Amino acid sequence: MSAPSYSIPGVVSAAPAGQADTDAAVAPSMAMVDSGARSVAQVLAQSQVEDVLAELDRDLVGLAPVKARIRDIAALLVIDKLRINLGLTSQAPSLHMSFTGNPGTGKTTVAMRMAQILHRLGYVRKGHLVAVTRDDLVGQYIGHTAPKTKEVLKKAMGGVLFIDEAYYLYRPENERDYGQEAIEILLQVMENQRDDLVVILAGYKDRMDTFFQSNPGMSSRIAHHLDFPDYSVGELMQIAQKMLGQQNYRFGPGAAEAFQKYLDLRVLQPHFANARSVRNALDRARLRQASRLFEDRERELNKDDLTTIEAQDILASRLFKTE
Amino acid sequence: MMTNPTGRLTQGQFSFLPDLTDAEITLQIEYGLKKGYAWSVEYTDDPHPRNTYWEMFGMPMFDLKDAAGVMMEVKNCRKAFPNHYIRLMAFDSTRGVESIAMSFIVNRPKDEPGFMLERQEMQGRSLRYTTRGYGADKPEGKRY
Repeated sequence: MSAPSYSIPGVVSAAPAGQADTDAAVAPSMAMVDSGARSVAQVLAQSQVEDVLAELDRDLVGLAPVKARIRDIAALLVIDKLRINLGLTSQAPSLHMSFTGNPGTGKTTVAMRMAQILHRLGYVRKGHLVAVTRDDLVGQYIGHTAPKTKEVLKKAMGGVLFIDEAYYLYRPENERDYGQEAIEILLQVMENQRDDLVVILAGYKDRMDTFFQSNPGMSSRIAHHLDFPDYSVGELMQIAQKMLGQQNYRFGPGAAEAFQKYLDLRVLQPHFANARSVRNALDRARLRQASRLFEDRERELNKDDLTTIEAQDILASRLFKTE
Repeated sequence: MMTNPTGRLTQGQFSFLPDLTDAEITLQIEYGLKKGYAWSVEYTDDPHPRNTYWEMFGMPMFDLKDAAGVMMEVKNCRKAFPNHYIRLMAFDSTRGVESIAMSFIVNRPKDEPGFMLERQEMQGRSLRYTTRGYGADKPEGKRY
């Protein structure tokens, strides 16, 4: 391309000077410059890594394997910074993930947090999350899928693309299904633009396993296969306490024990959906508390009455009646 | 007197400057995205000043957060039309504005023959003027 023969006022040599400036400005927050730090403690002091990890431990109950993996990723970031400081090269790691687990084990919740975490660790530039399902990626007629998928990918650039129920993308029973086309475009971008985009696939364990078996390319391009374990009753109790706290409720005397008993029974029932079932049970308890207070029209209600869930609100559950 | 000594098309922003590098283009896109503009890529091989509407390369890109998505389209367009003019346009959808807020060229053909001023002699001593691109003689797609 022809360069102009005149020079721009105020600039001695236009191209190289401009180039240097912009490269520094475009570089991701994970700055590729020597910050002078030589020990892990120094790097930690300069970054937010420790805050992120502490917050994660505080806010999420259980999920030990997930937390361990996030800690590994954070550790790699710190070590990479030290390597850069000593002039060693380091390549951005592949961060595509798959979350598998039973209903209500926190896959979506963690994905929402993951965008934030990766942003604060400096792996993604913008830290927004684009959550999509099959409908957003796959088109309805020939030639519709590619632009649709690309549009979603462009929106997710600089952040995290979260594909919920990802196994629906592949429909083996219909060989003319356009899902395969979407998968191919996804794979291409996942491979070529690793710096721009992190893809997280989520779904139930067994169906995701079949999905990966029929799409080995997808499986091999995902570096982190995280399995979300079911919660124990103790962890579910902690989750319940947290949920109540967020909604300005608390267990009255004996209510916590009653809820524990409820959980013991509920875990054995079919269609148990971990944290989601806890939330539903608490919502029902709130309904019962509301109608209990509603009965007594003349009573003056104070703050305690309005925030306390009594044992009777929980013991009225259908589960206890079948005994 | 030569009005355009470099023989370069001067339309839109930055067109008197040397061509922007990809890093500089990325910064401009980031600026536009921060302002809430929607970017779109257009191309043409008929850069006549009155040719306002160039061909769209894909849809305008709304709701983007990062320049990487726009750069992906720019690179695709360059691959498809290496010898065309390609420009980036930012649409400001603010109520009452609703028009293009930024526009600059991100790709040029290797040779830019430029335009000539044609004079048509009319009755008496009057003249009519018109601008014609030297490249426009050939059919579309074979101009540069």
